[in-house]
Amino acid sequence: MTSTLTVSERHVGLLLSILLALMGFAMAAAARHGVMAVHGFMAVGLGMALAFVLGGALYDPEPSADRLRRYYDAPTRFGIVMTLIWAMIGMGVGVWVAALLYWPEGTPLWPATSFGRLRPVHTTGIIFGFGGNALIATSFHVLQRTSRARLAGSISPWIVLIGFNLFCAWAVTGYLMGSTQSKEYAEAEWYADLWLVVVWVTYFILYIRTLARRAEPHIYVANWYYMAFILVVAMLHIVNNLALPVRWTTAESFPIWSGVQDAMVQWWYGHNAVAFFLTAGFLGMLYYFLPVRSGRPIWSYRLSIVSFWGITFFYIWVGSHHLHYTALPYWAQTLGMTFSVMLLVPSWASAGNAIATLNGAWHKVRDDATLRFMFVAAVFYGLSTFEGSFLAIRPVNSLSHYTDWTVGHVHSGTLGWVAMIVFGAIYTLVPQLNGKTEMASPRAVEWHFWLAVAGTLIYVVSMWNAGITQGLMWRAYDANGALSYSFVQSVEAMAPFYLLRTIGGALFLTGAVVCAWNCRATMRGAAGHATDRPLVAQPAE
Amino acid sequence: MLRLHYNLEKISMGLVAAIIVAASIGGLVEIAPLFTIDETVELPDDLRPHTPLELAGREIYIREGCYACHSQMVRSLADELDRYGPYSLAAESAYDHPMLWGSKRTGPDLARLGGKYSDDWHVAHLIDPRSVVPASIMPSYPWLTRPLDTDLLSDSLATLARLGVPYDQGMIAAVEADALAQSRPDSDVVDGFQERYGEQPAIRAFDGNPSRLTEMDAVVAYLQSLGTLTDAPYRILAEGSQ
Ligand code: HEM
Ligand code: HEM
Repeated sequence: MTSTLTVSERHVGLLLSILLALMGFAMAAAARHGVMAVHGFMAVGLGMALAFVLGGALYDPEPSADRLRRYYDAPTRFGIVMTLIWAMIGMGVGVWVAALLYWPEGTPLWPATSFGRLRPVHTTGIIFGFGGNALIATSFHVLQRTSRARLAGSISPWIVLIGFNLFCAWAVTGYLMGSTQSKEYAEAEWYADLWLVVVWVTYFILYIRTLARRAEPHIYVANWYYMAFILVVAMLHIVNNLALPVRWTTAESFPIWSGVQDAMVQWWYGHNAVAFFLTAGFLGMLYYFLPVRSGRPIWSYRLSIVSFWGITFFYIWVGSHHLHYTALPYWAQTLGMTFSVMLLVPSWASAGNAIATLNGAWHKVRDDATLRFMFVAAVFYGLSTFEGSFLAIRPVNSLSHYTDWTVGHVHSGTLGWVAMIVFGAIYTLVPQLNGKTEMASPRAVEWHFWLAVAGTLIYVVSMWNAGITQGLMWRAYDANGALSYSFVQSVEAMAPFYLLRTIGGALFLTGAVVCAWNCRATMRGAAGHATDRPLVAQPAE
Repeated sequence: MLRLHYNLEKISMGLVAAIIVAASIGGLVEIAPLFTIDETVELPDDLRPHTPLELAGREIYIREGCYACHSQMVRSLADELDRYGPYSLAAESAYDHPMLWGSKRTGPDLARLGGKYSDDWHVAHLIDPRSVVPASIMPSYPWLTRPLDTDLLSDSLATLARLGVPYDQGMIAAVEADALAQSRPDSDVVDGFQERYGEQPAIRAFDGNPSRLTEMDAVVAYLQSLGTLTDAPYRILAEGSQ
């Protein structure tokens, strides 16, 4: 990190690190005890560590002026490392909570290791830690390459990445200590939410400033998706997290929304976290890395336009399909259902566009496991959006809602689509950014591919079975008109499926560990750079 | 159209504006009308907010992540009415910041739990679920027997009052006494508690021991209050079936 900064940039970095430490100290001093104090000390620790690193290297030799003629890839490399670390944490905890549902006593009897506290660690760790770092890291890469310009700034990319990871760390450690807002996928407490706003605004400004430097007249499709991701996530995050702290010196707060309004805001947020965090950004990834890896241009430009605006416009309406048959007014449910079905059109347009792009490159899909990751991702994207639109239909949802079918759907989207496209992008990027032609072990990539596919299939198929079994048992009546099964009978029926899911998840996790090891081996000792260059040198700051 | 887009792609702020507009419409149409609250949520006269002890229990329910496995929203489907009771009304969670409707039933729905089991059953179940339901996969919560921290309670009530929950100054001032009173049936603070919260909330030594105020007291008081804050769901169901 430090060797890519000039002396004056290191000074600015040092100042910012000290400010971070002071902010942390102020938090800790104000709170005195409890979660907020621990989080304050975490910020102090991080700020001091950064200050040490920067201070120790303050007057090291400067990077050569030639750097301005290169892309700025150090932040992307750091982001990929963080992606892999969060993959281990998020998936590791995923396997743990999966095991707990089969073996409820398989955890120390401490508050912090109880299922209800670990589960949000899984979801936040994997969605924001793993997914978010992957999105930020690849967005920096894609933005520079498609604009043929260097990132507009040397410090702000680090603010974005380090700040975002501090948010993730605050969030998951908070849950372990019992601090949570309980809103799904938005459990982090108020000061962490505020912090994320600061990080996000920095991200947006960096993005727009780099775009302004582009040497291409047109903004490439992938960037539309990344921009939609940045903008809409900001909007959702702010509205859903509006809350009044109980005291300014404690983590506890109450959301300003209540009851049915809270439910609607929460699922407007929740489903669009799926749409703009877990889908839009990753479509950006797909639209860049799939053509690059397969060496074929995107099949249809027109279709990309239609699907982009279709997704941006339709998705926002669908959140209410999470609230079928509840106390939410009927008209709102119906709107959610209708738009969910219409959403299938732009979703399949994207998936179809990706798959058609591979036409003429099928031999590469056969031979190249990296491209195969992307192909499988596009297929699972198609499958899970079809499933989603189906589940959104009111009578289908009456069976599937509250069951493990939802969990199956979630993981067909997240394992099959999100994680696969991330791995495809990582295997393309890691050799390139380190000046190599391929990963340290191409065979390990092949292994990872099959572990991931097997893990996903076992996970998803067992959850489909579990969910449909549950749904049918809950609504079964016997000949006398009484319910056939008690609730706990449906719990007992889940045991084999929960065991299978744990095994599938463990396979998937193993694949991710292989990936991390392989990336490490590829990065180690690599002094290389990416060899491609921007069209014009960046003006000196 | 294509031409227009071709030009839009050259202007980054144009794309930004177009994305914001496209992504705002749906949310505005669906969310804004819900704030014409009178039509969306008709508040029944007998609806009461949670007592301080129940509120403390609710915060523990959130802290431990119970909502990850238990919903509190009975849908208007025949089998749910038979299994759990009357379907949930919007009014029931009108004072809930946040709502806890949930999205997954690894365990059963809890919206109609109040009064279904005894306090002793709840205490045994929370300490070791498998001692009362052998096939349960619920985690054990033995640490709930520790003393309840009431430090934040009065500020919590004050914050909720600012958000529109009907807690008055008297309630905010007496919060610690009221939390204690609800778990000490024979003490002299009970009268004040009933003056403020009425006859409806249960007053019992929820964890079986009136001399200590524990997290268990709070959680059990909360669980026993679920579905009892108003009679409206029962009335509406009865009217509907006539
Ligand atoms: C090793 C792989 C994984 C395993 C074993 C795993 C396991 C689990 C388990 C056991 C749950 C809780 C289900 C329940 O409460 O019934 C869960 C929930 C969830 N997981 Fe995973 N997971 C894995 C990977 C992922 C990935 C890669 C993502 C996202 C990128 C993800 C996103 C989610 C989400 C969003 C939920 C919440 C679902 C809901 O509320 O309906 N998981 N996972
Ligand atoms: C056309 C696209 C899609 C539609 C219409 C759709 C629809 C749905 C529906 C109806 C549910 C169940 C709601 C319930 O009963 O509680 C659901 C849940 C979910 N879906 Fe999708 N889905 C789509 C695509 C995706 C994709 C691609 C992903 C992941 C990358 C995904 C992730 C999720 C998650 C995380 C949940 C669980 C939310 C929760 O209960 O916590 N969905 N979706």
